Amino acid sequence: MTSRFIIIGGGQAGAQAVDTLRREGFAGDLVLVGAEEDLPYQRPPLSKKFLSGDLSAERLPFRHRSFYDEHRTDLRLGVRALRLERERRMVVLDDGGELHYDRLLLCLGAEVRRLTCPGAALEGVHYLRGIGDAVALRAAVRPGSRAVIIGGGYIGLETAATCRQLGCEVTVLEMADRIMNRVAHPSVSAYFSREHAGHGIRIECGIRVSGLSGSARVERVHCADGSSHDADLVIVGVGAVATTALAHDAGLACDNGIVVDEYCRTSDPQIYAAGDCTNHPSPRYGRRMRLESVDNAFEQAKAAAMNMLDRPVVHDRVPWFWSDQFDNKLLIVGMSGDADHAVLRGEPGTRSFSVCHFKDRELLALEAVNHSKDYMAARKLIAERAALDPARSADPAIPLREAV
Amino acid sequence: MPTLSFILPDGRRHDVQAPIGISVMEAAKQHGIAGIVALCGGACACATCHVYVDTAWTRALAPIEEMEEGMLENAWNRRDSSRLSCQLPVTAQLDGLIVRIPERQA
Repeated sequence: MTSRFIIIGGGQAGAQAVDTLRREGFAGDLVLVGAEEDLPYQRPPLSKKFLSGDLSAERLPFRHRSFYDEHRTDLRLGVRALRLERERRMVVLDDGGELHYDRLLLCLGAEVRRLTCPGAALEGVHYLRGIGDAVALRAAVRPGSRAVIIGGGYIGLETAATCRQLGCEVTVLEMADRIMNRVAHPSVSAYFSREHAGHGIRIECGIRVSGLSGSARVERVHCADGSSHDADLVIVGVGAVATTALAHDAGLACDNGIVVDEYCRTSDPQIYAAGDCTNHPSPRYGRRMRLESVDNAFEQAKAAAMNMLDRPVVHDRVPWFWSDQFDNKLLIVGMSGDADHAVLRGEPGTRSFSVCHFKDRELLALEAVNHSKDYMAARKLIAERAALDPARSADPAIPLREAV
Repeated sequence: MPTLSFILPDGRRHDVQAPIGISVMEAAKQHGIAGIVALCGGACACATCHVYVDTAWTRALAPIEEMEEGMLENAWNRRDSSRLSCQLPVTAQLDGLIVRIPERQA
């Protein structure tokens, strides 16, 4: 009998798994179940070029429909998996159907964390995760609109920049003492704060939102310190949580994500998982992590697909991230959590600089602001676990690779 | 619609029709050309859409800007003809363009 692999989730990881499984010769039945109606598409432009109108909806999908036809993939789009019956190896769908699997890959992604304060359900409060969210937001944005953005992370700041370019009056409220505090060095946060301020965006840090008010639509954002901000629209970017209900309800181990091993296997040997929904080990960094990133979704899905084909591949990559805000590009490679010191390389005033994160002499991570050369060099150096001379690496005239 | 030719490392050739205005990378991705990964979707952030452009076409291309140059500098097996295909908009002048795909990306 032909074996059947089912992929649940039509994001970056799900689409990549189709590609890898077929390219590597999987000849059985392949089904991709996706909750959204759209062909699998790229999410990063939703806060940037798609929101600004520079990239049309036709340019979001990874592949044309013909690709899935040619690769004999049964796309079940707009269909949700309701539950897994692991003893029968069955996925129960919300369209009344059920599908038997020999192996299953969960690419469930993450979902936005929602506000729970009073007024959170008012009209005019936006989140950004799918195409529908971005379309609704774009329809609400008008020149002169007062946009209050809750959260100064990637999504909040990218959306702030785009809304500003579309002519909104923009205020960003961040709970921590600086923007991007979980991902960026203070000097990078300070640089981006200045850039946003220079474009007329108001950023307020150390501010906790206590409620929203308005008669039907949101009109005002209230903060715990007693201050408030008038708003025509509110955009909430306060992080995301792994989508795990399907796995959890089926009894698979979950802990801030679906727990997988380095071969992308869940606690059920026939079920694999990849992407934002996983809590996975990183051999490179010696600890478990959950990453929300295009790169991790892609690489982990590739590894999962190979393992599903019984060709063992360990998922062990150096993660990387990027963010576009106005004409600035932030490129981050590696994880700085275990670093013991950071070295500034170059002068932020030149609008192009980097921050190197070291543990002793080993480069663990690098943040590059408008400096693709350092970023590319660091990708290799970090993967090689190269030792550098931190003092020499502070000199931007010395190529990073030669700072030994 | 301009026709673009992608030549894979093993010599196989794929011709695709590409609408004007999208990038050479997008044309490759939509048609599933192997070896054009383009993880960042055209943000010039990943260097996984690296191609070698046939020298006859060099002058018809958009010039290399600083970000692309920095990305290419440490790309795998860079040559004089190296470009990031996300930075190459398809124009009428590029009808017949031939690009070669490296054996690996980034």
